[in-house]
Amino acid sequence: MSLEIKNLHAQIPGREILKGLNLTINPGEVHAIMGPNGSGKSTLSKVLCGHEDYEVTSGEVLLDGENILDMAVDARSRAGLFLAFQYPHEIPGVSNANFLRAALKARLPKGEDIDAVKFYKQLYARMDQLEMDRSFTSRSVNEGFSGGEKKRNEILQLMMLEPKYAILDETDSGLDIDALKIVSRGVNAMRSENRGFLVITHYQRLLNYIQPDIVHVLKDGRIVKTGGKELSLELEERGYDWVHEETLAAAA
Amino acid sequence: MPPEASPAPSGLEIIAPAREESSAPGWFHARSEAAWAEFQKLPLPTIKDENWRYSNAKKIELADHSPAKSPSAENIQAALAATEGLKERAARFVFVNDTLVESDTAGLPVGVVCVSFAEALKTHADVLQHHFMKGDLPLGSAKFAALHLAHVKAGTVIIVAKNVVIEKPVEIFHWVVGDHAAIFPHTLVVAEDNAQVSVVDHYRSLEGEGGLSIAIADLVGGSGSKITYAACQELADDAQALHLSSITAGRDASVKSFQVQLGASFSRSESVSDLVGEGSRSDMLSVSLPIGDQIVDQRTLQRHKAPHATSDLLYKNALYGKSRSVFSGLIIVDEGAHYTDAYQTCRNLLNSDEAEANSLPGLEINADQVKCSHGATSGPIPDEELFYLKSRGINDAESRRLIIEGFLAGVIERFGNGELLDSLVARIDEKLERAV
Repeated sequence: MSLEIKNLHAQIPGREILKGLNLTINPGEVHAIMGPNGSGKSTLSKVLCGHEDYEVTSGEVLLDGENILDMAVDARSRAGLFLAFQYPHEIPGVSNANFLRAALKARLPKGEDIDAVKFYKQLYARMDQLEMDRSFTSRSVNEGFSGGEKKRNEILQLMMLEPKYAILDETDSGLDIDALKIVSRGVNAMRSENRGFLVITHYQRLLNYIQPDIVHVLKDGRIVKTGGKELSLELEERGYDWVHEETLAAAA
Repeated sequence: MPPEASPAPSGLEIIAPAREESSAPGWFHARSEAAWAEFQKLPLPTIKDENWRYSNAKKIELADHSPAKSPSAENIQAALAATEGLKERAARFVFVNDTLVESDTAGLPVGVVCVSFAEALKTHADVLQHHFMKGDLPLGSAKFAALHLAHVKAGTVIIVAKNVVIEKPVEIFHWVVGDHAAIFPHTLVVAEDNAQVSVVDHYRSLEGEGGLSIAIADLVGGSGSKITYAACQELADDAQALHLSSITAGRDASVKSFQVQLGASFSRSESVSDLVGEGSRSDMLSVSLPIGDQIVDQRTLQRHKAPHATSDLLYKNALYGKSRSVFSGLIIVDEGAHYTDAYQTCRNLLNSDEAEANSLPGLEINADQVKCSHGATSGPIPDEELFYLKSRGINDAESRRLIIEGFLAGVIERFGNGELLDSLVARIDEKLERAV
């Protein structure tokens, strides 16, 4: 049981972005991926959930043994993968509550529906944890939300859908310190021995609140260094250039 | 003479009005007869007519239709059984083939006249004479309006006295039954100063091939009055529908009108808002969901004749299959109508490569300090919206359904009746299931 990324190569037309990425996330683990701009962090998250702008040229991604690269976007989600988007989209006219109900219903056998009373009870409890006003249930998904509200809404979806593996893509971007604490608390509440996390971030700050077990450095489409959480502090202090030099030295 | 040059295609005689009773006032008879003469004289609009661009008046197959026959007892029973109205309502009228079969006005407050058109001709002829079809019909259907006038015998007249407020809507059902039957429903709403009223017209088919509804609704809002009006057209797929409405908004009056086009092979609405009073407001809303070969044809006019008035138009069409929509909207700001706020938005969601949306927005501004905008967009559901929903496990078809339902529901919400919203969303869902 793990989320296993093996020798993953992916490209947009004319440019290879992921160049043989290997990573294994076991349930219960929190992995952080750090890296400079353009290293392929966001591409990795989009490729994992099946965005059609990216073409996988080789490699595989096994979710508990099953290759998800052949699956449609929605099937990957139902298989247990979740991506908290860096820039969540606005869906005008679709209320948050209807959206979440549809997402939960999609996980039930055909013809079955969710219990509305239980659903709202759970939804309200989760929203309270994230200090979200009840009015967010009837508001259109992300429409007119502030940056922080959108990120909370992503974590709300994570909490409601209870995936096996969750990827957080730059969840800290655009958050002030109070919002960052609330969002991190939500994520930490979801940490469990049955769930793996991949936290993608540019800054070390988030990792003070969501403490990773393992930290990876992504550069030029490959993991170039892996360490414990102390690695993130070192990166914060020294930047990314020394990793680059070290990699080159190792390659030489 | 070649047939295509004839102003009145053969077969129109079939639709000549019957003149059996004479309880109506003399002026009405005179107008009715003049209208019949005018109808026969006026040529059918051609596609060269600006008001019929991208459309075709021949889609209203006059020659094939006759005025609907009096309904049978079975027809009436079936129509009443199929009439699922709002629970929260002040009054309800049910017509079958232009015959009143049920009226319930128990929920109306004192100070409201709410009667059938035929009744109003007897009891409120003066009000009718003052307001009945006084508009100039600038959007291309003068011929069809004349036909309506020549035939009209059914519909509802609502006169709300000064300061009287009707909280719940008056709901009116017009059923058409029988092969090639034509109905001519009429609605007149007069809200006197500071009065408030809400009216919902439904146009539906019971059975029979190819019905035709040529409906007119005139809304007159006195100073400080508030009118909301919805026309919900859900005729059978092979029917044709024409709805001509005029709005006159007096000083500080607010009128909200709403067109719902779900049925008919060809449906056309012409909606004119005249903002005649300072500080008046008109909200013009519409949703349609054409599928298969359906054509939805929408013509609108926002005429600002007084300063400090606002008009705000939002039309949304979600198209499937080989369906087509035409939106042609014009804002005219008269000289002296300073400080006008006038907006016009038409959005089309194309859910098939073969669907086609035509938009013709227009502006004509003759005053200063005016805020105007118009815009029309057409396109498929944005990929990123679909991706977001799918990334949460919702399949493609269901994601599209959610987005389209939301696209249309946003307009229905603006109309502001929760019960109507729920029932329309349910009917939109039913139609979406047929669309895909």
